Amino acid sequence: MSLLVDIASWLLLTAGGCLMAASGLGLVRLPNLFARIHAGGLADTGGAALLILGMALQAGWTLITVKLILVGIFLFFTAPTASHALAHAALLGGIDPDATAEGDEDEEDTSASPPRRS
Amino acid sequence: MFSPRTISLFAVLYGTWLLLSGIWEPFLMISGAVASLLVVIIAHRMDVVDGEGHPIDLTWRAILYYPWLFWQIMLSNLQVLRIVLHPRLPISPVAGWVPAGQSSSVGLVTFANSITLTPGTVALTVLEDRIHVHALTQGGLDDLRAGEMNRRVCQMEGNRP
Repeated sequence: MSLLVDIASWLLLTAGGCLMAASGLGLVRLPNLFARIHAGGLADTGGAALLILGMALQAGWTLITVKLILVGIFLFFTAPTASHALAHAALLGGIDPDATAEGDEDEEDTSASPPRRS
Repeated sequence: MFSPRTISLFAVLYGTWLLLSGIWEPFLMISGAVASLLVVIIAHRMDVVDGEGHPIDLTWRAILYYPWLFWQIMLSNLQVLRIVLHPRLPISPVAGWVPAGQSSSVGLVTFANSITLTPGTVALTVLEDRIHVHALTQGGLDDLRAGEMNRRVCQMEGNRP
Protein backbone atom coordinates (compact mmCIF):
# COMPACT_ATOMS: atom_id res chain seq x y z
CA MET A 1 0.00 0.00 0.00
CA SER A 2 2.72 2.44 0.96
CA LEU A 3 4.55 1.45 -2.20
CA LEU A 4 1.47 2.37 -4.27
CA VAL A 5 1.24 5.74 -2.51
CA ASP A 6 4.94 6.31 -3.12
CA ILE A 7 4.58 5.49 -6.81
CA ALA A 8 1.57 7.81 -7.19
CA SER A 9 3.41 10.56 -5.34
CA TRP A 10 6.50 10.18 -7.52
CA LEU A 11 4.38 10.25 -10.68
CA LEU A 12 2.67 13.45 -9.52
CA LEU A 13 5.95 15.11 -8.51
CA THR A 14 7.60 14.16 -11.82
CA ALA A 15 4.64 15.38 -13.87
CA GLY A 16 4.57 18.64 -11.89
CA GLY A 17 8.30 19.11 -12.40
CA CYS A 18 7.91 18.51 -16.15
CA LEU A 19 5.12 21.11 -16.29
CA MET A 20 7.36 23.61 -14.46
CA ALA A 21 10.18 22.95 -16.94
CA ALA A 22 7.78 23.25 -19.89
CA SER A 23 6.56 26.55 -18.46
CA GLY A 24 10.13 27.86 -18.45
CA LEU A 25 10.67 26.57 -21.98
CA GLY A 26 7.45 28.27 -23.09
CA LEU A 27 8.58 31.58 -21.57
CA VAL A 28 11.63 31.44 -23.82
CA ARG A 29 10.01 30.05 -26.97
CA LEU A 30 6.80 32.09 -27.23
CA PRO A 31 7.14 35.27 -29.28
CA ASN A 32 5.62 38.14 -27.28
CA LEU A 33 4.59 39.31 -23.84
CA PHE A 34 0.94 38.26 -23.93
CA ALA A 35 1.74 34.79 -25.27
CA ARG A 36 4.38 34.37 -22.56
CA ILE A 37 1.85 35.05 -19.80
CA HIS A 38 0.07 31.84 -20.87
CA ALA A 39 3.30 29.85 -20.47
CA GLY A 40 3.71 31.30 -16.99
CA GLY A 41 0.20 30.09 -16.19
CA LEU A 42 1.38 26.52 -16.74
CA ALA A 43 3.61 26.74 -13.66
CA ASP A 44 1.04 28.66 -11.57
CA THR A 45 -1.77 26.15 -12.05
CA GLY A 46 -0.93 22.63 -13.22
CA GLY A 47 2.67 22.60 -12.00
CA ALA A 48 1.89 23.91 -8.52
CA ALA A 49 -1.21 21.71 -8.14
CA LEU A 50 0.58 18.48 -9.11
CA LEU A 51 3.59 19.23 -6.90
CA ILE A 52 1.35 20.01 -3.91
CA LEU A 53 -0.68 16.81 -4.46
CA GLY A 54 2.53 14.79 -4.69
CA MET A 55 3.89 16.33 -1.48
CA ALA A 56 0.54 15.77 0.27
CA LEU A 57 0.76 12.05 -0.58
CA GLN A 58 4.25 11.96 0.96
CA ALA A 59 3.02 13.68 4.14
CA GLY A 60 -0.01 11.43 4.60
CA TRP A 61 -2.94 12.30 6.89
CA THR A 62 -1.14 14.95 8.94
CA LEU A 63 -1.36 18.66 9.64
CA ILE A 64 1.35 19.14 7.00
CA THR A 65 -1.13 17.99 4.36
CA VAL A 66 -3.67 20.50 5.69
CA LYS A 67 -1.08 23.27 5.37
CA LEU A 68 -0.12 22.12 1.86
CA ILE A 69 -3.78 22.26 0.85
CA LEU A 70 -4.06 25.77 2.33
CA VAL A 71 -0.99 26.82 0.30
CA GLY A 72 -2.72 25.38 -2.77
CA ILE A 73 -5.93 27.29 -2.07
CA PHE A 74 -4.10 30.58 -1.57
CA LEU A 75 -2.12 30.03 -4.80
CA PHE A 76 -5.39 29.21 -6.56
CA PHE A 77 -6.76 32.66 -5.71
CA THR A 78 -3.61 34.80 -5.88
CA ALA A 79 -1.90 33.43 -9.01
CA PRO A 80 -4.63 34.56 -11.46
CA THR A 81 -4.74 37.94 -9.72
CA ALA A 82 -1.03 38.39 -10.41
CA SER A 83 -1.40 37.22 -14.04
CA HIS A 84 -4.32 39.57 -14.56
CA ALA A 85 -2.43 42.51 -12.98
CA LEU A 86 0.50 41.85 -15.33
CA ALA A 87 -1.72 41.54 -18.42
CA HIS A 88 -3.76 44.62 -17.53
CA ALA A 89 -0.62 46.67 -16.84
CA ALA A 90 0.77 45.64 -20.24
CA LEU A 91 -2.52 46.63 -21.86
CA LEU A 92 -2.50 50.04 -20.13
CA GLY A 93 1.18 50.38 -21.02
CA GLY A 94 0.18 50.41 -24.68
CA ILE A 95 1.23 46.93 -25.79
CA ASP A 96 -1.22 45.76 -28.43
CA PRO A 97 -2.81 42.41 -27.45
CA ASP A 98 -4.00 41.86 -31.01
CA ALA A 99 -0.45 41.84 -32.33
CA THR A 100 -0.02 38.35 -33.76
CA ALA A 101 3.11 36.27 -33.41
CA GLU A 102 6.49 37.79 -34.14
CA GLY A 103 7.58 41.01 -35.80
CA ASP A 104 5.53 43.39 -33.68
CA GLU A 105 7.72 43.87 -30.66
CA ASP A 106 11.35 44.35 -31.54
CA GLU A 107 12.89 44.05 -28.10
CA GLU A 108 10.76 40.97 -27.39
CA ASP A 109 11.85 39.25 -30.58
CA THR A 110 15.57 39.43 -29.97
CA SER A 111 15.20 37.55 -26.70
CA ALA A 112 12.90 34.95 -28.27
CA SER A 113 15.23 33.92 -31.08
CA PRO A 114 18.78 32.67 -30.67
CA PRO A 115 21.50 35.35 -30.70
CA ARG A 116 22.33 36.41 -34.26
CA ARG A 117 25.92 37.46 -33.59
CA SER A 118 28.45 35.20 -35.29
CA MET B 1 -23.31 41.39 15.24
CA PHE B 2 -24.33 37.77 15.88
CA SER B 3 -25.58 36.97 12.40
CA PRO B 4 -24.86 33.54 10.86
CA ARG B 5 -22.30 35.25 8.65
CA THR B 6 -20.18 36.68 11.49
CA ILE B 7 -20.42 33.42 13.43
CA SER B 8 -19.24 31.44 10.42
CA LEU B 9 -16.42 33.96 9.83
CA PHE B 10 -15.31 33.36 13.43
CA ALA B 11 -15.46 29.60 12.91
CA VAL B 12 -13.39 29.80 9.72
CA LEU B 13 -10.77 32.07 11.32
CA TYR B 14 -10.51 30.00 14.50
CA GLY B 15 -10.38 26.75 12.52
CA THR B 16 -7.55 28.12 10.39
CA TRP B 17 -5.69 29.20 13.55
CA LEU B 18 -6.02 25.75 15.13
CA LEU B 19 -4.99 23.89 11.97
CA LEU B 20 -2.00 26.15 11.33
CA SER B 21 -0.75 26.01 14.91
CA GLY B 22 -1.38 22.33 15.65
CA ILE B 23 -0.39 22.89 19.30
CA TRP B 24 -3.29 22.04 21.64
CA GLU B 25 -2.29 24.09 24.69
CA PRO B 26 -4.91 26.14 26.56
CA PHE B 27 -2.90 29.38 26.25
CA LEU B 28 -2.57 29.16 22.44
CA MET B 29 -6.17 28.03 21.99
CA ILE B 30 -7.48 30.96 24.06
CA SER B 31 -5.24 33.49 22.28
CA GLY B 32 -6.53 32.09 19.00
CA ALA B 33 -10.12 32.62 20.08
CA VAL B 34 -9.36 36.19 21.24
CA ALA B 35 -7.52 37.02 18.00
CA SER B 36 -10.33 35.60 15.83
CA LEU B 37 -12.93 37.49 17.85
CA LEU B 38 -11.00 40.77 17.46
CA VAL B 39 -10.75 40.26 13.70
CA VAL B 40 -14.49 39.56 13.49
CA ILE B 41 -15.33 42.67 15.56
CA ILE B 42 -13.05 44.91 13.47
CA ALA B 43 -14.35 43.44 10.20
CA HIS B 44 -17.92 43.95 11.42
CA ARG B 45 -17.21 47.58 12.33
CA MET B 46 -15.60 48.11 8.91
CA ASP B 47 -18.79 46.68 7.39
CA VAL B 48 -16.93 44.20 5.20
CA VAL B 49 -18.61 41.01 6.51
CA ASP B 50 -21.13 40.80 3.68
CA GLY B 51 -21.87 38.64 0.66
CA GLU B 52 -18.70 39.96 -0.95
CA GLY B 53 -16.25 39.71 1.94
CA HIS B 54 -17.41 36.33 3.24
CA PRO B 55 -19.75 34.62 0.72
CA ILE B 56 -20.76 31.56 2.80
CA ASP B 57 -24.07 31.22 0.98
CA LEU B 58 -22.11 30.08 -2.10
CA THR B 59 -20.22 27.31 -0.29
CA TRP B 60 -22.18 24.28 -1.51
CA ARG B 61 -22.52 25.41 -5.09
CA ALA B 62 -18.83 26.41 -5.09
CA ILE B 63 -17.92 22.89 -3.94
CA LEU B 64 -19.71 21.62 -7.06
CA TYR B 65 -18.08 24.19 -9.35
CA TYR B 66 -14.40 24.01 -8.33
CA PRO B 67 -13.77 20.31 -9.16
CA TRP B 68 -15.09 20.97 -12.65
CA LEU B 69 -12.81 24.02 -12.96
CA PHE B 70 -9.85 21.96 -11.70
CA TRP B 71 -10.50 19.38 -14.41
CA GLN B 72 -10.71 22.12 -17.07
CA ILE B 73 -7.42 23.57 -15.80
CA MET B 74 -5.73 20.17 -16.18
CA LEU B 75 -7.14 19.74 -19.72
CA SER B 76 -5.94 23.15 -20.88
CA ASN B 77 -2.59 22.56 -19.17
CA LEU B 78 -2.15 19.60 -21.55
CA GLN B 79 -3.15 21.73 -24.55
CA VAL B 80 -0.68 24.51 -23.71
CA LEU B 81 1.97 21.91 -22.94
CA ARG B 82 1.46 20.42 -26.40
CA ILE B 83 1.78 23.86 -28.01
CA VAL B 84 4.95 24.74 -26.09
CA LEU B 85 6.65 21.43 -26.94
CA HIS B 86 5.45 21.41 -30.58
CA PRO B 87 8.38 22.04 -32.96
CA ARG B 88 6.42 24.56 -35.08
CA LEU B 89 4.79 26.36 -32.11
CA PRO B 90 1.20 26.33 -33.48
CA ILE B 91 -0.17 29.48 -31.80
CA SER B 92 -2.74 31.97 -33.11
CA PRO B 93 -2.91 34.68 -30.39
CA VAL B 94 -6.13 36.69 -30.36
CA ALA B 95 -7.84 39.15 -28.06
CA GLY B 96 -11.62 39.53 -27.94
CA TRP B 97 -14.68 40.14 -25.79
CA VAL B 98 -16.50 37.31 -24.05
CA PRO B 99 -20.02 37.89 -22.68
CA ALA B 100 -20.39 37.53 -18.89
CA GLY B 101 -23.88 36.88 -17.52
CA GLN B 102 -23.10 37.11 -13.78
CA SER B 103 -25.18 39.46 -11.66
CA SER B 104 -22.98 39.73 -8.56
CA SER B 105 -19.41 40.97 -8.28
CA VAL B 106 -18.39 37.70 -6.60
CA GLY B 107 -19.66 35.79 -9.63
CA LEU B 108 -17.93 38.13 -12.07
CA VAL B 109 -14.61 37.87 -10.21
CA THR B 110 -14.97 34.07 -10.09
CA PHE B 111 -15.55 33.98 -13.85
CA ALA B 112 -12.56 36.28 -14.58
CA ASN B 113 -10.37 34.28 -12.18
CA SER B 114 -11.45 31.02 -13.81
CA ILE B 115 -10.55 32.40 -17.25
CA THR B 116 -7.11 33.43 -16.04
CA LEU B 117 -6.58 30.15 -14.15
CA THR B 118 -7.12 28.07 -17.29
CA PRO B 119 -3.79 28.27 -19.13
CA GLY B 120 -4.15 29.68 -22.64
CA THR B 121 -6.63 32.40 -21.70
CA VAL B 122 -6.10 35.56 -19.61
CA ALA B 123 -8.69 38.15 -18.59
CA LEU B 124 -7.36 41.58 -19.59
CA THR B 125 -10.22 43.90 -18.61
CA VAL B 126 -13.41 43.14 -16.68
CA LEU B 127 -16.61 45.12 -17.34
CA GLU B 128 -20.05 44.48 -15.89
CA ASP B 129 -21.39 42.41 -18.77
CA ARG B 130 -18.31 41.29 -20.67
CA ILE B 131 -14.65 40.41 -20.24
CA HIS B 132 -11.77 41.25 -22.58
CA VAL B 133 -9.80 38.03 -23.00
CA HIS B 134 -6.44 37.28 -24.57
CA ALA B 135 -6.12 33.69 -25.81
CA LEU B 136 -3.11 31.77 -27.04
CA THR B 137 -5.16 30.08 -29.77
CA GLN B 138 -8.34 31.02 -31.61
CA GLY B 139 -9.83 27.76 -30.31
CA GLY B 140 -9.41 28.85 -26.69
CA LEU B 141 -11.38 32.04 -27.30
CA ASP B 142 -14.08 30.13 -29.23
CA ASP B 143 -14.48 27.68 -26.33
CA LEU B 144 -15.06 30.56 -23.92
CA ARG B 145 -17.56 32.18 -26.30
CA ALA B 146 -19.45 28.87 -26.43
CA GLY B 147 -20.36 29.81 -22.85
CA GLU B 148 -19.99 26.58 -20.88
CA MET B 149 -17.87 28.20 -18.17
CA ASN B 150 -20.06 31.32 -18.10
CA ARG B 151 -23.14 29.15 -17.57
CA ARG B 152 -21.55 27.17 -14.75
CA VAL B 153 -20.36 30.28 -12.90
CA CYS B 154 -23.89 31.73 -13.22
CA GLN B 155 -25.21 28.51 -11.74
CA MET B 156 -22.70 28.78 -8.90
CA GLU B 157 -23.84 32.27 -7.92
CA GLY B 158 -27.43 31.03 -8.04
CA ASN B 159 -28.61 32.89 -11.12
CA ARG B 160 -29.95 31.19 -14.22
CA PRO B 161 -28.91 33.04 -17.37
